[in-house]
Amino acid sequence: MTAAGRRATIDGDAEALARRRFFESTGRKRFQRFWGEFFRRRPLGAFGLVLMLVMIFAAVFADRIAPYDPTALSFKDLLAPPSPAHLFGTDNFGRDVFSRLLYGARTALLVGFTASVVGCTVGLVLGIIGAYVGGKTDQLIQRLMDVLLSFPLIVIAIAVVAALGTGEDKIGNVIAAITVPIIPRVSRVVRSSALAVVQMPYIEATRSVGTRATRIMFRHVAPNVFAPYLIMMTAFLGQAILLEASLSFLGLGVFEPTPSWGLMLRGAGMQFLERAPWLAIAPGIAISMAVFGFNLFGDSLRDALDPRLRTA
Amino acid sequence: MLPTLVGVAVITFVVMRLVPGDIVALRYAGSSVPQDVIDKERAILGLDKPMWAQFVDWMGQLARFDFGQSLWTGHKVIDEVWTRLPLSLELAVIATAFAVSFAIPLGVLAAVKQDSWVDYGIRVFSVGGLAMPSFWIGIMLVLGTITFFGWAPPLVFTPFTEDPVANLSQMLLPAISVGYRYSAVSMRMTRSTVLEVLREDYVRTARAKGLRESLVVMRHALRNALLPVVTVVSLEFAFLIGGLVVTEQVFNLNGIGKLLVDAVAHRDYPLIQALVLLLSGVFVLVNFAVDMIYMVLDPRIRYS
Repeated sequence: MTAAGRRATIDGDAEALARRRFFESTGRKRFQRFWGEFFRRRPLGAFGLVLMLVMIFAAVFADRIAPYDPTALSFKDLLAPPSPAHLFGTDNFGRDVFSRLLYGARTALLVGFTASVVGCTVGLVLGIIGAYVGGKTDQLIQRLMDVLLSFPLIVIAIAVVAALGTGEDKIGNVIAAITVPIIPRVSRVVRSSALAVVQMPYIEATRSVGTRATRIMFRHVAPNVFAPYLIMMTAFLGQAILLEASLSFLGLGVFEPTPSWGLMLRGAGMQFLERAPWLAIAPGIAISMAVFGFNLFGDSLRDALDPRLRTA
Repeated sequence: MLPTLVGVAVITFVVMRLVPGDIVALRYAGSSVPQDVIDKERAILGLDKPMWAQFVDWMGQLARFDFGQSLWTGHKVIDEVWTRLPLSLELAVIATAFAVSFAIPLGVLAAVKQDSWVDYGIRVFSVGGLAMPSFWIGIMLVLGTITFFGWAPPLVFTPFTEDPVANLSQMLLPAISVGYRYSAVSMRMTRSTVLEVLREDYVRTARAKGLRESLVVMRHALRNALLPVVTVVSLEFAFLIGGLVVTEQVFNLNGIGKLLVDAVAHRDYPLIQALVLLLSGVFVLVNFAVDMIYMVLDPRIRYS
């Protein structure tokens, strides 16, 4: 056996052991052990967590950290290059790019969190109902999801934005546009996990003592498909942030003067690409770091919670 | 296959008509055109008929392979689509070729060297591809070529048949910016399936009988690991044809994605319907092709 192969087996055993220990422990001890293991065995995931926390911190305390008002115009330093006064320079209205990035984190997180939490929860409910009720209901949900799945994410989002309209204070529509395409993707995965749970003897036992269907679905099935739900939530958080940036870049998302990373790339970022490259570089790095953090964390969480799940 | 397409057709038809505002209302938005002019315009376009009658008309046209005319430009829908399709197809093909030629070798390498620095490096590279918006990669590539080579992508599209070199040099940057993300997706899939397969009994047997590691990986593991990768790659390919809206915007390419977005914005019903049918048709065809490839890759799979 080669070195790589041997390590794979030993690793596999170690993981199995760790998982067994994890499932046999309970309560706070289990929690501590889980995160202890997580940090020790998954440095990339820990790094992702740190990036996530930095972004959340920046968003929450944007008004304290930001050196300037993100919407304040200053015509004496238009397109100023990065300097100690303006860390990432200024845009074509003299607004401080660093401050706009910090406030942009708020927009990104607001849209990302709401869209992924709502989308994943609706997907969870639909997936569980499909798996538990079965029959015609399941077929109907599945076909509907298939239709939604056969369009690229961005195309559905654009259709929803077109239907609901865009505008300065219509951030809710942007969130809805990003939520809709998330639903079928989650419901599919949840359904396939729930199908296995539904077959379990304990579900049959609950049913035989006459528990109501809704209670079985949400008290007994739901907790058992929580791992894929949680994993997809972190994964789609990153996706939602990306989608918000793409929509804003197309002019179908957040509107001026709300600071948004995608919007910063759209106007001045493209227009002054040669004269002021920092306008295009800084927001892109912000988007990438945020999504990078969420993805790394989500990946490692998946490996730690449910190594059998595969997401591409 | 057909039921899915019919379902897609019905849903698109109904949903687009439920969306507030039609093309006439949008065209005269803001101006004070009298109501009877608007009504007359609607009657000309056939938008005054009840929804079911419009649907029957459309189905009748479809049966004769007539996709109608764009409400916005007045050109035949088929011509509108036909002029954009080569560009979108070409971009999808180049991006796929680029993505696959990176994804599979790197994915296998990461799996074989699991938890080593090589693996971490490749994983960071691939998570990076998922994190960076492809339109931003596009902007950065343009910035790079301007700064270092003084070359900006031309604003006018040159078809491949006219000037292959100019065409390819124009398609290269968009293909890379899309392909990076795409290769990241397939790379992760390759890595995880190869990892799974490497723990199978037959791999252990292959090693036990003293085969070279490269043979074990390439012949025994990779071939079995390839099925899910093929699925991911082909579905992604189907999405590329209509889903490159943002990248097309960055590089000023007039492709299917842009056509669809414009059609939705104009409520150009015949064009939207035709495009949606085209895209889901591609999707269905690709799915079919995947099943065929499965049979070649895995002789155990037989479809009755």
